[in-house]
Amino acid sequence: MMIVAGQSQSAYFLEEELPSTERSHTLSVLVDNEPGVLARVVGLFSGRGYNIESLTVSEIEHSSHMSRITIVTTGRPPVISQIMHQLGRLVPVHKVINLTWAGDALERELALVKVAGKGEMRDEALRLAQAFNARIVDATLDSYVFEITGAPADIDRFVGLMKECGLVELARTGLAALARGKTGI
Amino acid sequence: MTRQMTGAEMVIQTLVDQGVDTIFGYPGSAVLPIFDELFQQEEVRHVLVRHEQGAGHAAEGYARSTGKVGVALVTSGPAIANMVTALADARADSIPMVCITGQVPTTLIGTDAFQEADTVGITRPCTKHNWLVRRIEDLPGILHEAFRIATTGRPGPVLVDIPKNIQFQTGTYENCKDKALTQYHPAVKAPDAAIREAVELMAAAKKPILYTGGGVINSGPKAVALLREFVKMTGFPITSTLMGLGAYPSSGKNWLGMLGMHGTFEANLAMHDCDVMVCIGARFDDRITGRIDAFSPNSKKIHIDIDPSSINKTVMVDLPVVGDVGQVIEDLIAAWTARKPVQDKAALAAWWKQIDAWRAKKCLAYRPSAEAIMPQYAIERLHALTRGRDTYITTEVGQHQMWVAQYYGFDQPNRLMTSGGLGTMGYGLPAAIGTQLAHPGSLVINVAGDASIQMNIRELSTAVQHNAPVKTFILNNQHLGMVRQWQKLFHGNRISHSTTDAQPDFVRLAEAYGAVGIRCSKPSELDDAIEEMIRIDRPVLFDCRVVNLAHCLPMIPAGKAHNEMLLGMDEENETVGGGADKVPA
Repeated sequence: MMIVAGQSQSAYFLEEELPSTERSHTLSVLVDNEPGVLARVVGLFSGRGYNIESLTVSEIEHSSHMSRITIVTTGRPPVISQIMHQLGRLVPVHKVINLTWAGDALERELALVKVAGKGEMRDEALRLAQAFNARIVDATLDSYVFEITGAPADIDRFVGLMKECGLVELARTGLAALARGKTGI
Repeated sequence: MTRQMTGAEMVIQTLVDQGVDTIFGYPGSAVLPIFDELFQQEEVRHVLVRHEQGAGHAAEGYARSTGKVGVALVTSGPAIANMVTALADARADSIPMVCITGQVPTTLIGTDAFQEADTVGITRPCTKHNWLVRRIEDLPGILHEAFRIATTGRPGPVLVDIPKNIQFQTGTYENCKDKALTQYHPAVKAPDAAIREAVELMAAAKKPILYTGGGVINSGPKAVALLREFVKMTGFPITSTLMGLGAYPSSGKNWLGMLGMHGTFEANLAMHDCDVMVCIGARFDDRITGRIDAFSPNSKKIHIDIDPSSINKTVMVDLPVVGDVGQVIEDLIAAWTARKPVQDKAALAAWWKQIDAWRAKKCLAYRPSAEAIMPQYAIERLHALTRGRDTYITTEVGQHQMWVAQYYGFDQPNRLMTSGGLGTMGYGLPAAIGTQLAHPGSLVINVAGDASIQMNIRELSTAVQHNAPVKTFILNNQHLGMVRQWQKLFHGNRISHSTTDAQPDFVRLAEAYGAVGIRCSKPSELDDAIEEMIRIDRPVLFDCRVVNLAHCLPMIPAGKAHNEMLLGMDEENETVGGGADKVPA
């Protein structure tokens, strides 16, 4: 399902064919990169009682001042559809696409993971990092900072294991996501 | 053609280029350059109010009674805080309004300067869109885009916040009235497939109903004419929300009266029992639907709305038709005419027979009184004595507002200005002033309650100053009547803080403002007093003393279904019985 500003809506809604259970959805929102646009989007979510699990935003086209906001939110299909229409109603929003409904989108996240320890646990942390393709970006005699990129679930698993190996702190970027195939938003 | 001018001049020039003749406002430090320009020209009339909220509601009244955009001009900080209620009100009722505000100079933004407030932050959720102008180069484009966004698609309030230094700066002005600054272009034409499907559903209907709302009036006079033609063509019964009253005439034979919480028995039961519901420019508000899971359980629902986010928001519909109401009805009429459907005449006759049986219940009947004025009677007389005149009605919020909706018949659109979505007490008087200034020769009456009127009573001074002979007709029951009604029905009759003690003497108050005060407490004298009010060509405050404890009925209690109404004349019903219980002094 895609909502394009100013485009006529289908007479029929897709929800009925979709599962009716609550699950998380990844929305890609193309917006004008202007002051306050993020506040409009975030304010819409808080004002209408929708949930934000993750949100990332960055300019993607400098010449046309366009940004892409990727939001992960949870709800039943009618709620998700309502969220998309409410987003579509904001003046600076060009397009809203539900990557979860579009199917099997690419979803990646980057995390920096700091662990501290000596001896056996330090060696174990390093072995696990290699198994997860995490890179060492900082090291001292008793600590590492790993950089890991992957699907959020992979990062969750890596972080879960690092908790056993002296996890000190963690920074995650939130989700970047694209649909597969040759067409763009 | 481009010209060099200051930011303040650009504001005035934009108003002129947009065809704005009247604005409502209040000066202050951060907006003085614009007021200085106002002083030096004669094309735009400025109406000085007494409080910024009044400027907002006056702009709303002006907009709703004319179909044009309403404009307000105020300063920064406290002014914009005062304006918030009016912006939220205009957003809730989809009223086109442009609010221009002064801001502290860009160099002082973020320093907690004198009269600084985060205007775009505060007003973001209560406007359709807003802008803080950071560069003089952007000003003309933003100002014109503000008008375009306020008036196209689903209308609404927009705000342009202009720092004082930008008002002083010189830049290039261009009349970009017809240029779009943003990609905002709502679709007005619905897909043909949706139109065809809608005609099929309606053609097969055995128990149809049209449920219309403010979207019809917002779409314009053409949409209203098309709606009337459509009703004639299909023969369907029609009801409306508070916002849509007048789109179809209350004297029309297919009219069922308003629906919803204080709607008629026939309208609500027809909604409950129908098999095809056509919602036109309304939004299934909770005051309309009652309990959602019991709302019109057996109907196919068609929803015509220009705003896709209104579709399936609270009630799931079978056929969304996203487009401008006027355009969609025009397409429906064309498709209906082309298809020449054979309607089920027997089924429709049976449906009308059922509706007539509901009508026979006479749900708006009330116990008359020879000693005291019943509020329903007061509105009936007001209607009878103003009928045939060029009359505009505004209201405040509460029982009196619902009595107007029930007992004052509206035959034309844009004749009722009332706060529907937000329910703003204090709306009526400033809205009446905005309406009166747009229609100088017309009769403008603000029907008020004794509590509501005091919320913006200071605007009486505005009416006197600007020779706006608005009539305020107060149904004085010495209570916050609707609050008291809920306390009586749902809170064990504990009348918590809902009596208006220490009420002013409204007649002397009117005189203090330089207006005229009239008081009436006897039914036998009411007609003469109303006639006198109409005759006076000055602002009037009419203190109509009505019985204190009358309930506004029928009523669907919150959380109940359309077929669970409380009715007024139900003698068995102890809870709601009575009304003429106390004769006022």
